[in-house]
Amino acid sequence: MLAYVIPLCLAMLGLALLLTLARLIKGPCLPDRVLALDTLYINAIATLVLYGIWKGSDLFFEVALLIAVLGFVSTVAVAKYMLRGDIIE
Amino acid sequence: MTGEPLALWAEILVCALLLLGSAFVLIGAIGLYRLPDFFMRLHGPTKATTLGVGGVVIASLVFFSAGPDGLSLHELLISLFLFISAPVSAYMLTKAAVLQQLPVDPRTRGKPWDQ
Repeated sequence: MLAYVIPLCLAMLGLALLLTLARLIKGPCLPDRVLALDTLYINAIATLVLYGIWKGSDLFFEVALLIAVLGFVSTVAVAKYMLRGDIIE
Repeated sequence: MTGEPLALWAEILVCALLLLGSAFVLIGAIGLYRLPDFFMRLHGPTKATTLGVGGVVIASLVFFSAGPDGLSLHELLISLFLFISAPVSAYMLTKAAVLQQLPVDPRTRGKPWDQ
């Protein structure tokens, strides 16, 4: 059963990634693009965890955790730049 | 798939959680793509997508806990961190959008910079 569900879920997550990428390219203004990038890394975490289940490997967990931490820090940095025009005052 | 097959109950639980989580992520992405203005678009990623990632991560937790290695809880780190960090980044993005006075759809209730 898992052999059928995982490719289906991978297809759904891939479609979600494509929609987010379309918003990233189209997005009318800067906060839209930053929001799309934020969503893109969250979707990438989901895809990596799913791929780890598929391969039965624990290794992808560390990659997902690294992406989570760095993505949050970069989103906060860019939002700070949009708010104050400067990252470190 | 490697190693011995999972127990039936674990497989059904993992499948259900994976389908639920992927459906939530897809709904969040559709919302991000289709909704008319930024303040509505913010709802897709901050609510649906975070919940979807939580579902997928808990499916991974069940999958590796039911395997031969026994209990594995370190996947909880990801979902815990996301549940803490997603509202913070959404709040900062909203502050930036309010500061830039982005165009607002008439159906959005309340103009944040009028108050």
